[in-house]
Formats: sequence, structure tokens, C-alpha cells
Amino acid sequence: MPDTPDWQNSTFLKEVERRSGTPVSACFQCHKCSTGCPIGPDSDLLSSQVMRMIHLGQENSVLESQAIWLCASCEACTTRCPMQIDIAAVMDSLRMMAVEAKVDLPNARGEQFNRSFLQSVRRNGRVFELGMMVAYKLRSRDFFTDAEKTGQMLAKGKLSLLPKKSGSAKEVADVFRRAGEEEKKR
Amino acid sequence: MKYAFFPGCSLESTGWDFERSTRAVCQALGIELVDIPDWVCCGSTPAHTTNASLSVALPVMNLQKAKSMGLPVLTACASCYSRLRTANHTVLNDPEERSRAERVTGKPYDGRVEVRHLLDVLVNDLGVDAVRAKVRRPLKNVKVACYYGCLLTRPPNIVAFDDAEHPSSMDQLLTAIGAEAVEWPFKTECCGASLSITRSEIVNRLSHRLLSMARQAGADCLAVACPLCESNLDLRQADATKAHGAIPETPVLYITQLVGLALGLSNKDVGLEALTISPEPLLAGIGRDL
Ligand code: SF4
Ligand code: SF4
Repeated sequence: MPDTPDWQNSTFLKEVERRSGTPVSACFQCHKCSTGCPIGPDSDLLSSQVMRMIHLGQENSVLESQAIWLCASCEACTTRCPMQIDIAAVMDSLRMMAVEAKVDLPNARGEQFNRSFLQSVRRNGRVFELGMMVAYKLRSRDFFTDAEKTGQMLAKGKLSLLPKKSGSAKEVADVFRRAGEEEKKR
Repeated sequence: MKYAFFPGCSLESTGWDFERSTRAVCQALGIELVDIPDWVCCGSTPAHTTNASLSVALPVMNLQKAKSMGLPVLTACASCYSRLRTANHTVLNDPEERSRAERVTGKPYDGRVEVRHLLDVLVNDLGVDAVRAKVRRPLKNVKVACYYGCLLTRPPNIVAFDDAEHPSSMDQLLTAIGAEAVEWPFKTECCGASLSITRSEIVNRLSHRLLSMARQAGADCLAVACPLCESNLDLRQADATKAHGAIPETPVLYITQLVGLALGLSNKDVGLEALTISPEPLLAGIGRDL
């Protein structure tokens, strides 16, 4: 990664670059990333705007944005950026930083889904979809969306009623614990 | 041809028809799949957006198991494929992350177990000529839009078996089984992935865009290689058209379901009953029924 110029307010910029391992400072605002971003029309910030706000040290506006949670990790921006900035990795880092900073999430569903999914993996070594969905619904209190889909999926054998535990579930739980410890040291 | 098979969580549940048709097609084509014993979840998007160490360690656990089998890994799910390849890339190129992954999993790993997607293996290892030679019921009159989605071709420094913006391997495969692969511009546009759970209205918009473009391009069905793409386009199709305007019902099938039908496998062998939008019109066109 090239050296970052020592801009004013660059603590946030440097922290994002360190966490994501990608040169955010190299962004020259061509907006190519935003042009191809599938969630652009639904988002409060475009990815190129996120990059610029990081340059300007606008930590709160970035960490409190919807944009970082709406990102679908489709990698279109990363693939197309002429400066080889891994924008999708920046979005990942920003989500982690938002959770660590305990900011008020504008829409906590993304984070609630992540927690429900990972809790299921931690317990079973694999995702138990029905259990994960129940946990997510309880967290988000979003009971009505897709209620009828669950019935359709059960009828098609797409959801099992019991978890299919991996034989390595215990090792997975240990890996979760150690990965949590490693993250604290970063 | 023998591979260590990584099914992944979706193929055990929402995408069971992808698993069944993958196994059936591989068997019919002489590709031997040996399941990775006690495989674990790859962590998918929730891991890489939550905990970087975990997002490498979970795939690495599977790659360590595959290493002791001495076989390259084959997976059918585009998302698992991306996570396994990304973990290899990280371990190979970042010594610090490698030792972190080894500490977290408690075992050594050098990042060198080969990871292949089923489509890559069918087109580049087996070859479309070998597939064509086994076709018994060519999919004549089937016009299909090949939908690669995001993660089969992106980012190209990590996956790289096809062009990132204009891939053609699926088109070649489906042409070899007698179908007509239509030209269309949204081969690699995103369907919204797991936003289906948290923000389904966005997925409805994106799915509608994909389906209507496929129809405009003259396709009467879509082919996919990812369980999330399948459910966003098939299970959610009625919601998408309700929200954004009517389109004729468009069946969305896994590549392995289409290949399986052409190889003469039964509807059950390829799990057609799992589809929400009925593939009946498509079957009628090739002289079969549901
Ligand atoms: S594509 Fe790259 S250089 Fe262009 S605006 Fe986006 S991040 Fe900046
Ligand atoms: S990875 Fe995220 S930010 Fe980048 S194009 Fe896709 S949805 Fe947009």
C-alpha cells in the first residue's frame, strides 16, 4: 500500500486503510464504483461519496450511514476501480468499526441478521436456517415480512425442522472464541 | 476425475435441488465427488462483514480437511466458492493473516489446496465436447439467459476462470446441451444477495430488473449457479412482479438441472419439484412433462 499523505483529520482515513488493507487515499473521485453499484438508488451515500467522506474525516456520518449496511458485497466496485481500491473490503471494515464504536445504527437489520447467522454457525458448525430466521425475527421484530414464504419453503423441503450439525461443531465453537480474541488484538 | 466436495449450508436446505442435481450430473459425467468429512459453514457474508479472522478461519478449516484428502476442492455454491478462494488468497499473500488463521484453527495451512467451481470443472477440466457427447435429450428450442451473478467472476484476481464483465463459460456449457444462450447485458449484475432477508424490497427491484431484461433479450428461462440467486429470482419472483410490473412467469433453473435434463436424467433426479415457478412450459418445448 502506498504511503498516505499526512492530511488533516487523517486519523480516520489511516484507520480505515489499516483495517481494510487498501489505499482509500488513492481515490480520485471518478465515481465508477458508484455507477455500477446495485444498491445506489436505495442508499443514502454512494460508494464514491463514502470514500470522499473518509478523506475528509467525517467519521460519524460514514459510520452512521445506511450505505455501509446496504452494500451487498457484490464486488463490482472492487473489480472496476481504476485505482485498485478494494471498496467492498472498506465497506466490511466500516461495518466492523460501526459495531465496535457502538454507533446508533440507522437500520440495525443487517447487523441483527449477521448476529443471528453467526450464532447459528457457532452452535451447529453449519447454518440452521429455520433457527436462524426465528432468531433474526426476534431481534428485528420484523415478523410479517415473508411469513408466507416460510410455509412455501417448508412445503418444498427447503427448510429442515432440525439442525444438521457438523461433526466438527465443537471445533467451530473454539474457532469462534479464538477469532474473537484475535480481533481484539487488531 | 476426483474432487473433495464442499456442499455448503445452502445446498443442505434452500438449495437441496442444486445438491441433488450436482451429484446426479457429476455421476453421469464420471466426475467423482468425495464429501469433505464434517465440513463446516464457510461463514459467508455475515463472517466477512463481522470478524475478519473468522472469515478466513472457517474456510481454512475446510481446506485443511481437504488437504489431508489430497484432492482439489469442488463446490457448486458461488458464495462458498468465493469464500474458499478468498481465504486461500489471503493466506498465500499475507503472512500475518496466515499465522493468525493457523492460531485460530490450531493447525498449519499454506493456502495451496486448489478450489474449483463446478462450472469451471465442467467447462475447463471435463470440456464441453465431453458433455455434448453424453447428451441424450438436447434442449432444443430452449432460450436461456445465463446469469452468473456477482461472485463467480469477481473479483478477478481471486476467482478468474472466466471474464469478470463478459463471462462465457455457462453460455458454452448450455449451448453444448442444445439450448440457445441469448446475449444479454446483465450476466453479472447483482440480485441483492442476502438483502432478501433484511431489505427484501431492494431484492424485488433488482430481481425484476434482471427478469425483465432476460425476457427482453428473448430468453424464456434463466440459468443460475448460486442458491441465493435462485431463491431471489424464483421464490421471490411473484413479489418482484407484484411490486414492479407484470412479466411472464420465468422459470429459473440451476445449470445442473438443465444439464441433467439434457443427459436424460429424470425430473426427480434433478429436483425439479423444488422450483417455485413451474418449468412446465420449458419441459413441454422439449417433449417432456412435469
Ligand atoms: S472507482 Fe475507485 S477511484 Fe473511482 S470513485 Fe470509486 S473508489 Fe474512487
Ligand atoms: S460491493 Fe457494495 S458498494 Fe460495491 S458495488 Fe457492490 S453493493 Fe455497491
